[in-house]
Amino acid sequence: MNDIYIITTASLVASSCALLGCFLILRKMAMVGDAISHAVLPGIVIAFLISGSRDSITMLIGAGLIGILTTFLIEFFHKKAKLQTDASIGVTFTWLFAVGVVLISLFAGKVDLDQDCVLYGEIAYVPIDILIINNESFGPRALYIMSAILFAIILFIYIGYKELFLTTFDPAYASAIGISTSLWHYLLMSAVSLTTVASFESVGAILVVALLIAPAATAYLLTDNFKLMLVIACLAGIAASVTGYYVAVWLDSSIAGSIAMMAGVIFTFTLIFSPSHGLISKRLKATIG
Amino acid sequence: MEKEISITPALEIHDLTVAFDRKPVLWNIDLKLPQGKLVGIIGPNGAGKSTLIKAVMGLLPLSSGFAKLFDQDLNDIRTRVSYVPQRESVDWDFPASVLDVVLMGRYGKLGLFNRPRKADRDAAMDCLKQVGMEQYAHRQISQLSGGQQQRTFLARALAQQADIYFMDEPFAGVDAATEKAIIELLRNMTQANKTVIVVHHDLQSVPQYFDWVILLNTRLIACGPTASTFTQSNLQETYGGKLTLLSDVGDLIKRESFPNREGSAKQAL
Ligand SMILES: Nc1ncnc2c1ncn2[C@@H]1O[C@H](COP(=O)(O)OP(=O)(O)O)[C@@H](O)[C@H]1O
Ligand SMILES: [Mg+2]
Repeated sequence: MNDIYIITTASLVASSCALLGCFLILRKMAMVGDAISHAVLPGIVIAFLISGSRDSITMLIGAGLIGILTTFLIEFFHKKAKLQTDASIGVTFTWLFAVGVVLISLFAGKVDLDQDCVLYGEIAYVPIDILIINNESFGPRALYIMSAILFAIILFIYIGYKELFLTTFDPAYASAIGISTSLWHYLLMSAVSLTTVASFESVGAILVVALLIAPAATAYLLTDNFKLMLVIACLAGIAASVTGYYVAVWLDSSIAGSIAMMAGVIFTFTLIFSPSHGLISKRLKATIG
Repeated sequence: MEKEISITPALEIHDLTVAFDRKPVLWNIDLKLPQGKLVGIIGPNGAGKSTLIKAVMGLLPLSSGFAKLFDQDLNDIRTRVSYVPQRESVDWDFPASVLDVVLMGRYGKLGLFNRPRKADRDAAMDCLKQVGMEQYAHRQISQLSGGQQQRTFLARALAQQADIYFMDEPFAGVDAATEKAIIELLRNMTQANKTVIVVHHDLQSVPQYFDWVILLNTRLIACGPTASTFTQSNLQETYGGKLTLLSDVGDLIKRESFPNREGSAKQAL
């Protein structure tokens, strides 16, 4: 039963990340996801210090706010200080992450958090952290949280599909017809922040980054249809979760690490063998003419 | 000239200045355009043609001045205004089909929550037909030629069913036959009292294509009916004083070796 819980949780995280990742890579913002997943650390710590518990709602709010702040700072440095986008991303998230690390060590006694846990997560503990209401056990808490997050993301994409699609493809035209590009930018970034925070406890910041990009990049290589890309990205994320788990069991290694590794393996495999965009098919097309 | 604008002007720009890093790219532009005309915006590279369109579409902060469309603020009549960005402004490797892109023209009218319906699809297909692209509706946009990309953008603008259209270099990378067909289409639109404003590069075809011209080089050099405005002296002022022959101007622009006035104009400011 435990492996089912772990694989399901990982798959839920992977699907949420994969959906958002599709938008991130098409917006050429893959690194922004990376930045946000690190920058939420001080938000998590501060929320923890204020509420005194690992209560998920407070954490989500704290991290959501920091995520928006991160997005804002990146835009601000880029637009107002004329810093290149990559430089402003680099400055923003390393600084916020550092603040988080300092806060954790400062309040080490009071905070039941440590860097390792934040970076690597501990998905193996998912089955132990049980949701209990009225002395009745309802299964792992992470399962509920991640289901809710995935549901919220699907709803968000369903409702805002047109707007997200258009602001991603052609922001100037979107603004011209009265669709606010910055509103949808911030909504998307908030969704990335929430997903990151909700996932970090179980899978850690590093796995979140891997799952935000690798499955979406895999899907990008396999289809020219955006809706299909969303579906394939989820499937690639789930495949990485399942195979990653068994690789971890087989090698007796970190589950989160193995899942991230498998996401990379699946991507590399696709890069070589994809029928439409793969290296081999491109080589063949070039030689055949 | 004034008589032609007795009814509400399609576009009125007043005292418009746009600056990047405090360097003016457009300086003190004042102009009025009548409705139902095919208007060319002419000027050397970097003259501010794209910037003028973006400023009117509210895509850039204005340093001063305002633009009104049909005597109203842009925000009040967005659904009546359409925009064709420069083709290179988007990533054509995006996973979308031609029909997906044309349907975007319907988004403004649909609003949040509503999905494109059959009527929208039909309208989009009809616009594709108008630009001769109906057989490409389900083609991936990454597989289009430059001219087909341009026609896709045009169809998207048509799908908006607007009253005024701003088009940034719609003929860039388009073959001669397609250019003729597009001009024909734009002519028909102006016959239906639509106003079409086009950034254009080929000086030779200007008198043949446009009813009105806007000659621009950071400042407004001239704006009026082509017959009285597209003159040798106005062109010299737009492209710099060195050239005497219209054909020379055209040839030089094609080779892109033309000096533009931007540098000297900036120093003068
Ligand atoms: N976003 C921007 N930031 C800084 N300078 C810009 C920007 N956009 C345009 N410019 C400058 O403004 C001038 C006019 O540009 P543009 O309107 O694109 O010219 P045109 O379309 O007539 O070729 C150019 O010198 C260009 O370098
Ligand atoms: Mg331009």
